[in-house]
Amino acid sequence: MSASAGMQGLAFTPPALALELVGPSKRPFKLSRLVGPVVVFVLFIATWYFMHYWGLRWIFDKNGERLIPLPTDVWDATVMSKITRDDYIDGIGWTAVAAYGGLLITIVLGLLLAVIMLQARWVEGAIYPYLVALQAIPVLAIVPIIYVVFGGSMSARLFVCVMISFFPIVTNALFGMKSVDRSQHDLFTLRSSSRWTRLVKLQLPSALPNIFTGFRISAGLSIIGAVVGEQFFRGGSKPGVGIVIEKWRTKGTYAPLWGGIIIACLMGIITFLVFGVIQKLVVGKWHDGETQKD
Amino acid sequence: MTETRASVMETARDAPALSFQGVSMVFPDGTHALNETSFDVRPGEFVTVVGPSGCGKSTLLKIASGLNKATRGTVSVDRSRIGYVFQDATLLQWRNVLRNVELMAELEDMPKGERRDKALQAIKLVGLTGFETKYPKQLSGGMKMRASLARSLVLDPSVFLFDEPFGAVDEITREYLNDEVIKLFQLNGFAGLFITHSISEAVFLSTRVLVMSARPGRIVADFAVPFEYPRRPELRFEPAFAELSGKISHELRGAHS
Repeated sequence: MSASAGMQGLAFTPPALALELVGPSKRPFKLSRLVGPVVVFVLFIATWYFMHYWGLRWIFDKNGERLIPLPTDVWDATVMSKITRDDYIDGIGWTAVAAYGGLLITIVLGLLLAVIMLQARWVEGAIYPYLVALQAIPVLAIVPIIYVVFGGSMSARLFVCVMISFFPIVTNALFGMKSVDRSQHDLFTLRSSSRWTRLVKLQLPSALPNIFTGFRISAGLSIIGAVVGEQFFRGGSKPGVGIVIEKWRTKGTYAPLWGGIIIACLMGIITFLVFGVIQKLVVGKWHDGETQKD
Repeated sequence: MTETRASVMETARDAPALSFQGVSMVFPDGTHALNETSFDVRPGEFVTVVGPSGCGKSTLLKIASGLNKATRGTVSVDRSRIGYVFQDATLLQWRNVLRNVELMAELEDMPKGERRDKALQAIKLVGLTGFETKYPKQLSGGMKMRASLARSLVLDPSVFLFDEPFGAVDEITREYLNDEVIKLFQLNGFAGLFITHSISEAVFLSTRVLVMSARPGRIVADFAVPFEYPRRPELRFEPAFAELSGKISHELRGAHS
């Protein structure tokens, strides 16, 4: 009754099998999909001009022409001025170090904590409140403590960055690993698999789409974390974007300050998009994106 | 509850490959699923259980495979060589067909080369050759079930459990899949235990059909199916087939009340 003996040379050729294959569908690019983004961008610029000339004065009775410089002025002050431009180019580098270093730490610690919380319901219940609390801690209030422990430079910024970007990775990874199909668990139970096998071959891969969603959210937050960290911890010779922004804020010069804000935003957007591309490369082959679980 | 693990040697001859003796099952929430159920499945037998919805048919398989523990009674089976096909294909979405078919063997720590050979053979056997590198989302329902069958075949099962596996596929696909189950059965000579709602599927596939009562489920009738294998699709339209189906249907109506 050996299957391998009988299997030789005996294959079925079911009719119409080829028809059963569902081809991968690729949506063709349509120009109409650009309409929305373009309209919103035009509205955004229009609002900017409006606030500069009239908005701030009419609504808040404040001097919009000083507080919200025109886009062209921001461009001139940020990109066309060599000194500011060099400041920001350096700044982008240092901010990237803080943000991506922090993100890396967040990913490692976050996934580790998610796996620990997965092991028992009581562990999850015991740890979860502190995760929520972590999100609510006002960074400003604990600046002195961070300063004493991590000093006033890069390590302190990394810490702030981790604090701010931690939550989404843990919750998304945990949710993904908990959402594994019951019947898929049964498969592993049938073969009396260990917790480790289950984790590595079932829960982690199954949660990959959720884990990447967590990465994307945290990646955006890590830029915020790095910039906020820089504004509090300006020590060392590592002036990131946040520090350049602070410089212009204290001087009350708003054009290059807005330039810095936009640079920070662009870093966030680019990071978010890059992780989207990585997600597509890693799970796009088997995961649709629209439907969550098969 | 005492549970004996029959060795491969003992199951070799006429000893049952799977044996239920007075098995009862009461779930923690008080649901009385099975009541004093007893039956044997011998090697070379294909036994199908039909019964009203929720009568505990699927619970039988869960107990046989060890996913659930019976409240009372004895189950004897060699658990190291059980094949189990679920209602859904339960393929892992992130693995392609080949890697999915390898899964059970992989969990049994079968060496990589052997595992791959067996997987490729099983894929050929269920007619999925050429689709090894496709992912589940690219497959139709019928093809997913084929992959699911192949996954269990790799373990060369001595007992093969089927939990209403073809309920979700269309009629034509179901008939193709039935043909394949029969061919696999003839080829491997495993002991089959199949759960279904469809009387015609039950008669077409099996050497024996058991009828279960409404909850708490127990076996109320046992029909031998006399037709020769291999069974041709036309068998479904022959008078003897209709007559047997009628008898089972009659019992099933009785079982409902």
